[in-house]
Amino acid sequence: MQLYGALLLLPAAVLLTMFAYLPTVTTLISSLYLPGFRGAPAEFVGLENYRLLFDDPTFWKVARNNLLYALGTIPTSIALALAMALFVNARLPGRGLVRMAYFTPTILPMIAAANIWMFFYAPQIGLFNKLLGALGFSGVNWLGDPAVALYSVMAMSVWKEAGFFMIFYLAALQAMPPELKEASDLEGTSRWSFFWRVTFPLLMPTTLFVLINALINAVRVVDHLFILTKGGPNNATNLLLYYVYENAFAFFDRTMAATITVVILLTLAIIATLKFTLLDRRTHYQ
Amino acid sequence: MLDAAPLIRFSQVSKRWSSATAVRSLDVSIAPGQFVVLLGPSGCGKSTTLRMLAGLEAVSGGEIHIQGHNVTHQPPGARGLSMVFQSYALFPHLSVADNIVFGLRSRKVPKAERRERLAKVAEMVDLTAYLDRKPAKLSGGQRQRVALARAVISEHPICLMDEPLSNLDARLRSDMRRDIKALQARLGMTVIYVTHDQVEAMSMGDRVILMQHGEIVQDATPGELYNQPATTFAASFIGSPAMNLLPLAEGLEAAIIEGVPETPVAPLAAATGQLGVRPEDITLRGSGEPGIPATVISDEYLGADTIIHLAVGHHTVKARLAGRQTMAPDTACKVAWQPQAAHLFGSDGKRRDDLAPYNLMPDMPGDVDARVVPRLPNVGSFSI
Repeated sequence: MQLYGALLLLPAAVLLTMFAYLPTVTTLISSLYLPGFRGAPAEFVGLENYRLLFDDPTFWKVARNNLLYALGTIPTSIALALAMALFVNARLPGRGLVRMAYFTPTILPMIAAANIWMFFYAPQIGLFNKLLGALGFSGVNWLGDPAVALYSVMAMSVWKEAGFFMIFYLAALQAMPPELKEASDLEGTSRWSFFWRVTFPLLMPTTLFVLINALINAVRVVDHLFILTKGGPNNATNLLLYYVYENAFAFFDRTMAATITVVILLTLAIIATLKFTLLDRRTHYQ
Repeated sequence: MLDAAPLIRFSQVSKRWSSATAVRSLDVSIAPGQFVVLLGPSGCGKSTTLRMLAGLEAVSGGEIHIQGHNVTHQPPGARGLSMVFQSYALFPHLSVADNIVFGLRSRKVPKAERRERLAKVAEMVDLTAYLDRKPAKLSGGQRQRVALARAVISEHPICLMDEPLSNLDARLRSDMRRDIKALQARLGMTVIYVTHDQVEAMSMGDRVILMQHGEIVQDATPGELYNQPATTFAASFIGSPAMNLLPLAEGLEAAIIEGVPETPVAPLAAATGQLGVRPEDITLRGSGEPGIPATVISDEYLGADTIIHLAVGHHTVKARLAGRQTMAPDTACKVAWQPQAAHLFGSDGKRRDDLAPYNLMPDMPGDVDARVVPRLPNVGSFSI
């Protein structure tokens, strides 16, 4: 019987091991070695790679960019998603259409979305600068100005993510029994008060789930950088994973790429643990 | 019936959906302290009526007044009423205590007073030991009491209840019936109680409003509803098993039950209508005695009593006999009833009090003043 169970588990276990655990372990190992030249065996250097990484000002710049990116996109996209879900959950004419419109950015592949935003951001012919020009303002070099470029990338990410998170909120809202609202209406509870005392606490499990997803996405999603900025100008929009890519496939420094990957993994693991332990205690699951 | 000024008044209230009419021009006045039951099958408009009173459903026509104020277009919170929902509508993330004082917090009642009222109400509904629990950790009956406590603590004079007991098991239901009734009497609340359960209506209501197709069929005390049903619908809805309704036909000089030409049961003018008689009002007698000839089809033993199914003319009649009775199928016998136990209904289904049913038991005069249910003595000793 136990063998039977183990056999059922086998396919998933094999796939997970081959494509998740094994690479993680080899990444961890290779971050501890320096590659040998011309076929010489790799040399164990302990934490030397990590010291090198932490001395690299570009790494810190990229890490700061990523932190800013996370802090900027996660709360904004979650708040926007919740607001949109509340809006399209209400009785309003043509809400099916509005829901679809909100969800469309999610269906679009990131590459396609980035191409659209390329057009919005283009310095001369772009939509935003045309609009600004029509209002009499001088244009902004959205992706070319190091002071602005990261925010431009963030704006696009929020636009792309919010619709996806909205679906989770919408599902959670529709699972809420309408009697709760009626019971609170009978007590003369204001909408605002009902939201903070009932809706928001009941949406906490969804918020937690979305939060974790948003965090992972903030580190994981780099497709738009390939189209929009390639991490430039002067690393102003470079994010951790894109930096890993650059190290691995542009500079062919596999060791450094592995080292950064381990740092990312550790950071994510710590944050996720903190979130689930601290927030879970205050979250009501039904 | 109303001595005080009405607390709640519906005048010509209607509710129309795009395709159907749920409630049509309803006129009801409710006095303070009454326990009013809105009774009817599903889809009769009783819940819609309650929700219009609560302000949860917009009114399509007419006006609703509470304590003399027109509240037709007021939001629910401004109407001064509380409500117990069928699903209880408890907030799952809040403790029992927070659920109960939810409304007091909305109305910014000071904390000290909140605590005081909570303690009093929790004591009243016997929830003091459970105040820190979440609703998910409570039994159905306890959840029901939380919902009740939430309605009581508001101290609103009017409490609406929308099938509050239908999610409870049978035994708990009968306990809760008595508890709710006692609470209502003790606090002097005006309760509007929606149910499709005739037992709840009969046992709890001071006044029962029976509805069908969005209209009031009968608005009366439980006793009147049972003893003088206004229509064939009222007759068949109240009582278990339901009242026997026998279509009448024209005999030579009087109305007869179809297929039984030899026994006149009512004046000729009743011939197009129906004759109703409750199973518990039917007396079975030997075939030699006066009455309507009948043949036993089957018997159904229910514990406290037995239902005998009989063929009378072209129809089946149920008779309810006390205790355990066994009767062989195809036994010939006579059925009879006191004239005041028979109800005549016109062809439109409405009660006809202008016609008197004939006396089928001239040999056994019933008590005319106090209505007596002529049950057989509980010995099963009658012989056929």
